[in-house]
Amino acid sequence: MDHSASTPAWQQDIFKILKAGDVRQIAYVPDAGHSHVIRSAIADPDIKDVVLTTEEEGVAVVSGAWLGGERAVLLMQSSGVGNCVNMFSLLQSAQFPFFTLVTMRGEYADFNPWQGPMGRATQGALELMGITVLRASDPDTVGEVVQAGFDAAFEAGDRVAVLLGQNLIGRKKWERK
Amino acid sequence: MMSDFATNRLDRREFVSKLLADVPDALVVTGLGSASYDVFAAGDRPGNYYLWGAMGGAAPLALGLALAQPDKSVVCITGDGEQLMGVGSLGSIAAKQPQNLTIVVLDNGHFGETGMQRSHTSLGTDLVAVAKGFGIANAFAIESSERRSEVAQHVLARRGPTFVRVAIEANEPPRALPPRDGTYIKNRFRAALGLAPF
Repeated sequence: MDHSASTPAWQQDIFKILKAGDVRQIAYVPDAGHSHVIRSAIADPDIKDVVLTTEEEGVAVVSGAWLGGERAVLLMQSSGVGNCVNMFSLLQSAQFPFFTLVTMRGEYADFNPWQGPMGRATQGALELMGITVLRASDPDTVGEVVQAGFDAAFEAGDRVAVLLGQNLIGRKKWERK
Repeated sequence: MMSDFATNRLDRREFVSKLLADVPDALVVTGLGSASYDVFAAGDRPGNYYLWGAMGGAAPLALGLALAQPDKSVVCITGDGEQLMGVGSLGSIAAKQPQNLTIVVLDNGHFGETGMQRSHTSLGTDLVAVAKGFGIANAFAIESSERRSEVAQHVLARRGPTFVRVAIEANEPPRALPPRDGTYIKNRFRAALGLAPF
């Protein structure tokens, strides 16, 4: 199926950066905001898509990929950051380069109050575990911010999360027709 | 399942050292605690990646490595408690079906590092059934040293993900402590594969 007509340009920008940056593994727990990158990874013969049962697995998967000489990124929602906290120890203990894209929930017209607690704690939890946090909320600058974080991770060996603001996704439609 | 803990059990150090001697070129990831000590006691090598923490991370780390190095055999050696904490990773491994990945769980039915409290595998959990249920078809248990060479054959053959539960005695052999410097172990491992620093 061709989704390009309905795919926001900022999501296309993200996949282009990962592809141009020679990412070979994309590990994820899905979210609507990651749907284009996940579809594109599945369709790309040079990229292995790794669906996870919980986000902390992804921290280990991308570290294993680096050990084996491949660049890998982790895609998750803000709720997943909470699931990762102890596994982030791996990144600091061995100074692994790390790049994750986090779609935010619980911060912008979210209908579901259960997303609030972890959404509000996401940036703090990442920073407590030694991960540098960047944020992209303007669709026109997503590409620039993602590229900056990607380069910090893979050119400078840093641990970086880019938070993708919930306003990029827009309001979730709860009523099905 | 619970009865076999009292009967046929292997010595963990002997099993690990003989298995690794049969697969000298395999890349090895170890789960924290006794599994790391067993692999180190068998002889340190640059293709070993020892975890000292990140509990539950051994199998998924081995998955990322196996996908990155499809022409090398990758072996994850861990304990029942460590595997239980990351048990969903067996589903993620099954979804990818990496041909070159073998997960070896040294199962003594106890959390050895914290005072030998019983784990779920002493209380009804059958890890082979769990692995099969997740979709790792080639999953089996061994209770005798004669079948050790079978494990090595699967490691070397690289014909699909393999899960092996090894029933081991719940004893505590002398500590053999691998380096705790994760950065050193990482850089040494990558250098052995010919990978340059970033």
